[in-house]
Amino acid sequence: MSAASDVGYHAQRQARWHYGEIAFWLIVLACGFVFPSRYLIMTDILRLALFTMSLDLILGYAGIVSLGHAAFFGVGAYAAGLLALHGIVTEPVLALVVAGLAAMVLGFATSFLVIRGVDLTRLMVTLGIALLLEALAERFSNITGGTDGLQGIEMQPIFGEIPFDMFGKAGFFYSLAVLFVLFLFARRVVHSPFGLSLRAIKNNPLRAAAIGIPVNRRLIAIYTLAAFYAGIAGALFTQTTAIASLDVFAFERSADLMLVLVIGGTGYLYGGLIGAVVFRMLQELFSTITPQYWQFWIGLVLVVIVLVGRQRLHRWVLYVPNLIIRQVAGRKAVVAVPESDA
Amino acid sequence: MTAILTNLFDGVAYGMLLFVLACGLAVTLGLMNFVNLAHGAFAMAGGYVCMVLVNRMGWPFFAALPLAFVSSAAIGIALERTLYRHLYTRSHLDQVLFTIGLSFMSVAAVDYIQGSSRVFINLPAALQGQFDLFGVGIGRYRLMIIVICGLLTIGLQMVLAKTRFGSRLRAAVDDPRAASGLGINVPQVFAFTFAFGCGLAGLGGALSAEILGLDPYFPLKFMIYFLIVVTVGGSSSITGPFLASLLLGIGDVAGKYYVPKMGPFVIYTMMIVILIWRPNGLFGRTAAR
Repeated sequence: MSAASDVGYHAQRQARWHYGEIAFWLIVLACGFVFPSRYLIMTDILRLALFTMSLDLILGYAGIVSLGHAAFFGVGAYAAGLLALHGIVTEPVLALVVAGLAAMVLGFATSFLVIRGVDLTRLMVTLGIALLLEALAERFSNITGGTDGLQGIEMQPIFGEIPFDMFGKAGFFYSLAVLFVLFLFARRVVHSPFGLSLRAIKNNPLRAAAIGIPVNRRLIAIYTLAAFYAGIAGALFTQTTAIASLDVFAFERSADLMLVLVIGGTGYLYGGLIGAVVFRMLQELFSTITPQYWQFWIGLVLVVIVLVGRQRLHRWVLYVPNLIIRQVAGRKAVVAVPESDA
Repeated sequence: MTAILTNLFDGVAYGMLLFVLACGLAVTLGLMNFVNLAHGAFAMAGGYVCMVLVNRMGWPFFAALPLAFVSSAAIGIALERTLYRHLYTRSHLDQVLFTIGLSFMSVAAVDYIQGSSRVFINLPAALQGQFDLFGVGIGRYRLMIIVICGLLTIGLQMVLAKTRFGSRLRAAVDDPRAASGLGINVPQVFAFTFAFGCGLAGLGGALSAEILGLDPYFPLKFMIYFLIVVTVGGSSSITGPFLASLLLGIGDVAGKYYVPKMGPFVIYTMMIVILIWRPNGLFGRTAAR
């Protein structure tokens, strides 16, 4: 078997749907019916999962470290809020796409700044852009409502049929549908030759360029796509909570996002979803112990994760599931952290 | 005209302060290539130590300043020996996550111990108010900051350029392997430098309580300023960050005075433009090797 077809064979095998994945989505869907009293928190988790997936696209697959991903989340959130408030686009799904596109335009414009320079410059530029937008939103308070945020947003029914109810049931299934559709697309993208070329760039940009991958163009493309995803996540935030305030741009949001992704693991798309669940549970747990100081424990979790080492941690977590799979199915483990982290 | 001069004076004082706060970071980030986002936490520690000593225990302000330095340096060396040194060889992402975690912990811990409101340090009467010099209003406290920070800067430059330790540090930074081959204890040099940088940050934190404001969110609020100083200033010498801090200080004060509505907008835009124009800093060679 030649090397090229070998690579293709493995890539195709990885791209196939596993039973585990189907089970995962069925469980997520089942949650919507099993816990009808928890729609709000579950919607929150879905939103966070989508947002994290967006970071995973650039960090886990392309290796771009961003400290200001909240910029796109914020743009999406405000765009959706303004569209609904001024009645420009009242249909939620359409507004969602428009808000995502707004973030996407920003992502495309700023991607040229981000692809220049090394890690450190990227950190600074992404952080700077998010802070800049926060300052702008505060400055133009006549549009954004300043520190009060956008208030009085009323959402129209989805497709003109399904209204948002006060228990958040419609919001949950709406978010779930959006997340699933976008997940399918992301999955298609990362398993395409385009996605494989991104991994090559992440592993070694010079070598990737040498085998004919247009590094900068690929990075711009994925950064723009990730901005679209983040914008959608932001728009979902506004649509399901009916508020948009300055803290959508906050640094803490970008930092938390990193934590979520690191908990879940980078570079296999499910990291965001799993991380979001674990993160919210941790947050709930910590705020029941010490309501005011949960940030301390979040910080501690970050420190411990880094000190123990992300690779090792994921091996430990996957030890039991893999053991069960080996025992039951009598074959090698199928659940594994696929790639070295950024 | 006098308003311009007063603003310039305030800007210089602010810039000097930023330099003392950030020059420790210039060493860790610029020279050792370690992204330490928790640098502000050390500054905050120094500020709070000074506050407790002066306000609660009645120490004189000038006696508390050295102690702010010492306590931050002690915290710095303890953390360096136990935690930081394991991370020198890790990826930037790991370093970012780790230091963000530390900042979060410090914010919550100080909030828990001292409460979340802004604290003030009782200044001696000699440092309060301002006097006129040829019609230019000069704040006594700011003058003191300029004097202290100016002396420190000259001292640092002398140490780096003239002493044996300075040459060891420069050697260790240029090529750690060759330096340790020559018998220089590189980890020790780094540890000492790290501690000294933290100490300076602590001193800066104590001095800045009056001007920047001291509360538990200090590490996160001013993180971006420290980073700007280092990335814009580059790391080839101490002059780069120094000039960058002055530029930042003057720019920020002038921006807030003349275009108050634009707020921090000016600074961030300046930073992004400079980074795009010169990704390795205005005055520097590359930070990442």
